[in-house]
Amino acid sequence: MTLYDPAVPDPGAAAAAATAAILADTLHGTSRGVVVDSPPGAGKSTLVVRAALELAAAGRPLMVVAQTNAQVDDLVLRLAEKEPELEVGRLHSSDSDPYDKALDALEQVRKSAKAGDLAGLPVVVSTAAKWAHVKNVEPWAHAIVDEAYQMRSDALLAVAGLFERALFVGDPGQLDPFSVVGADQWAGLSYDPSASAVSTLLAHNPELPQHRLPVSWRLPASAAPLVSDAFYPYTPFRSGTGPGDRRLAFGVASDGSAPDRVLDEAAESGWGLLELPARPTPRTDPEAVHAVALVVRRLLDRGGAAVSERSDTPVPLTADRIAVGTAHRDQAAAVRAALTALGVSGVTVDTANRLQGREYDVTVVLHPLSGRPDATAFHLETGRLCVLASRHRHACVVVCRAGVTDLLDEHPSTEPVQLGVTVKFPDGWEANHAVLSHLTEHRVTWTP
Amino acid sequence: MSLIAHLARMEAVETGRAQPLATVRHRHLGGRPLVLVPLTTAGEAGAPLGALVGTDPDEPRLLVVPQPRDRELRFAFLAELAEEVLPYVDGYADAVELVERNETDPETGKKTKVEVELCADAPQLIVPSRAGIEYVRLLGRSTRFRRTAEQDPDTPYPAPPRVPLLGRWLTHYGERARVPGSSLLLAATDLLNRHWATGQSSLEDQHLGALLAWIDPYDDEPGAEGAHRAELGRDPQGQLLCPPAGPATDPAFDNQLLAPAIEAYDRARQAVGAAEDGETADAALAALHRAEREVRRLVLSQLRPTWDATWRALGLLRQLPEGARVPDRWTRDRWSFTAHRDRITAGEPPQPRRDDAVTAAAKLAAREQAQGQLDAQEALDDPLVLAGRRLSGEAFAAEVTEVTMAWTESKRPAPRPLLTVRTEDRPHLDAGVKVYRSLGGKPQSAEFARREEDGSLVLRLLDRMGRSKEPAEGTVPEKGERISWTLFEHDARVGPKLPDPEETPWTHGGPPRSADAELPDAVTPEDLL
Repeated sequence: MTLYDPAVPDPGAAAAAATAAILADTLHGTSRGVVVDSPPGAGKSTLVVRAALELAAAGRPLMVVAQTNAQVDDLVLRLAEKEPELEVGRLHSSDSDPYDKALDALEQVRKSAKAGDLAGLPVVVSTAAKWAHVKNVEPWAHAIVDEAYQMRSDALLAVAGLFERALFVGDPGQLDPFSVVGADQWAGLSYDPSASAVSTLLAHNPELPQHRLPVSWRLPASAAPLVSDAFYPYTPFRSGTGPGDRRLAFGVASDGSAPDRVLDEAAESGWGLLELPARPTPRTDPEAVHAVALVVRRLLDRGGAAVSERSDTPVPLTADRIAVGTAHRDQAAAVRAALTALGVSGVTVDTANRLQGREYDVTVVLHPLSGRPDATAFHLETGRLCVLASRHRHACVVVCRAGVTDLLDEHPSTEPVQLGVTVKFPDGWEANHAVLSHLTEHRVTWTP
Repeated sequence: MSLIAHLARMEAVETGRAQPLATVRHRHLGGRPLVLVPLTTAGEAGAPLGALVGTDPDEPRLLVVPQPRDRELRFAFLAELAEEVLPYVDGYADAVELVERNETDPETGKKTKVEVELCADAPQLIVPSRAGIEYVRLLGRSTRFRRTAEQDPDTPYPAPPRVPLLGRWLTHYGERARVPGSSLLLAATDLLNRHWATGQSSLEDQHLGALLAWIDPYDDEPGAEGAHRAELGRDPQGQLLCPPAGPATDPAFDNQLLAPAIEAYDRARQAVGAAEDGETADAALAALHRAEREVRRLVLSQLRPTWDATWRALGLLRQLPEGARVPDRWTRDRWSFTAHRDRITAGEPPQPRRDDAVTAAAKLAAREQAQGQLDAQEALDDPLVLAGRRLSGEAFAAEVTEVTMAWTESKRPAPRPLLTVRTEDRPHLDAGVKVYRSLGGKPQSAEFARREEDGSLVLRLLDRMGRSKEPAEGTVPEKGERISWTLFEHDARVGPKLPDPEETPWTHGGPPRSADAELPDAVTPEDLL
């Protein structure tokens, strides 16, 4: 389905070429910024670590801006793992328990709540929120802004004075930043504070070089074409592995139940849709929640084993390699409770927002539109579905009530058109249809 | 919409009466608000047709533009409106109290205490509907850049003296209305919808007449019937029984009544111009006055029901006691009013057409902070609002069943008592999640430690227990106490300081161009009919 450059048939070579071009622009380019678009699992973190190490090696004082504390800690750990000699500063908040305790074991990582204490270190890493409070310091020569598409324009405004030049890395297909209050009055302004940092940056600096990572190492060959077509129609990417490189098998045969059949389908094809009868339900639809929990339970009970390029022997599918994704926090809470009731623990259950940037072997998704009487902008948001459908290395099972296609047809997108705002393609409506029509090929219907 | 609001709506459908969403009033209502009911002309953006304005429900001032396309008459209307609004606003400018405020000296960077004026009260503007707030903004936008003959003797169409000033105040009020929880400019429909749930859609809830039919029905008429009549009921002449709350008028009124009356007025005006002798001129003038009176009568017929409904809404809200933290938010409104008063006194130019990058970001941050604070304060002020948060797992009410003293393991041990509490709520608690309770108006925090086998929760109290080893008296709950805990913080965090506009970074286009006073919009052919 997806087209890619036939001149570079090897995904590894294509990715290496892209990385080389990005590093060349970052280290030797003349423009103040470089933007890198990265589809899900395309090695964004690897790129950030590599760019950080090369900038540090070139003697350029570097600040790294990430969006959450978990991302910051993860980056520091990766940096320390790759280059144990490098001194890294971890700027943290003055709350209690502000960083991952694992950092305490690393001698080369200096931690402080004051930027002044970390002055002179080759690399200092912190969240955008913490950087925004740093004042009266010598600006850094270079910055790396991670997850820049999830950063809001006003957050960039607060930190942009701290650096001379920057590398902006992010995934344009994930959830856009949002505001809890209306920001319509600034819609269409190039510096709309509620828009993403990248859109403001590019509106004011259209000449900046823009790069793209072309290969998703996370998504299997079964998922990359669908995700690419549905969410990145104009910037296609491919999977790093071919069909058959990833396999999922179960030690226990199917008992013929719907959850087992959908698991077999997902193991075989990478996708599975467990369809419950159409019915309007409350958000925490008890039947759908139970179905999700049951699928997870069977997934663990049946002794799943994953074969991938990472290991020669099958790796047992354990609870920590499984995630459940929902749209709302109360749904996540309901699934957690249902899993506990079935005696399952250790499985990550979270909303799309919190699953951003994470990776699992198998994901079970409660479809955002399942059982809804309406399709609001929130539930239609392209990024939400994209996050939920692109967290897995092997297979994704979607649990949904029937009738979502009709619901979509009854609720075409009717958001007001704002002058000066770049229309995002594809819209959530179209992306939802694209994903659903693919999923129906892997459908197992079930009446609990 | 929260689950509890859904339940209230279903109950409203079942009973035919609006159901309360609050037990206290969550917005400030001043003793003497200025009610403004504006009407606009169909098809002409920003061409007012008329307004009722005043602080006395029995004596509204009627302002009418008999020919809305006439620029002179439009200005006359705005001048009259300024005569009503500005004295009301000015009446609050001089009564001040002196308060101390921390300010940073720009040169030394030291924090010093300075005494500044804070207006003791602020003028409050009430419009019937959300569209009315939008119209206040539009009037402000269309008048604040106008030039008076005094400001610029060469301006081709000078505005009456006080009109630009009116525009600046209306703009300020329109902008302040975007701050969650602010009360300087309020819409009656928003006020009612905050405090009551009806059995109709939220779109229908924007109709003031329909809303009142649910909340305050005549003769116990079921809400759905009353609302249906308010929305669609027409008299034998085809006119709505309950005219829309504006600023848009009903097309049937426009076509059948207003258009002929305005035409008659136009003809009468032409007749006055064409009169050749005194006698015909007198007769023509009398006809003109009659025609004008007719337009005024018609416009009043559309305005008066909305005027009365707006005051009825205010009366309903006054029956609710004010929430404990409402005065705190009103103080912020007073600061906002005082600051704008000072800007005008200092001779600063009118608000720019568009915010620059820094101002926009600062406003958004302030509003998000205000929203967080409003959500928390409403829940703390009102058990019914708190019940909604409890239902959604964001708060819980619990009885303390055991208190175990414990201390930190540091050189100077600080108290960290463990509370075992029992609750029937189902809060979304994970290990380490912080919870807060109000202790003498200040938040005291605890962290969730574990869940006991019998379902009790164990909380570790973290702060506000004084500096000594033994917690200060009254700071640790006792066995048997019933306490409401929230998972959300009670105060919103203050955001980071943004750069000055002159230091806008390159990512945001650099500093804005010079902040000279903006000129009014250029005159286009469409302006001159």
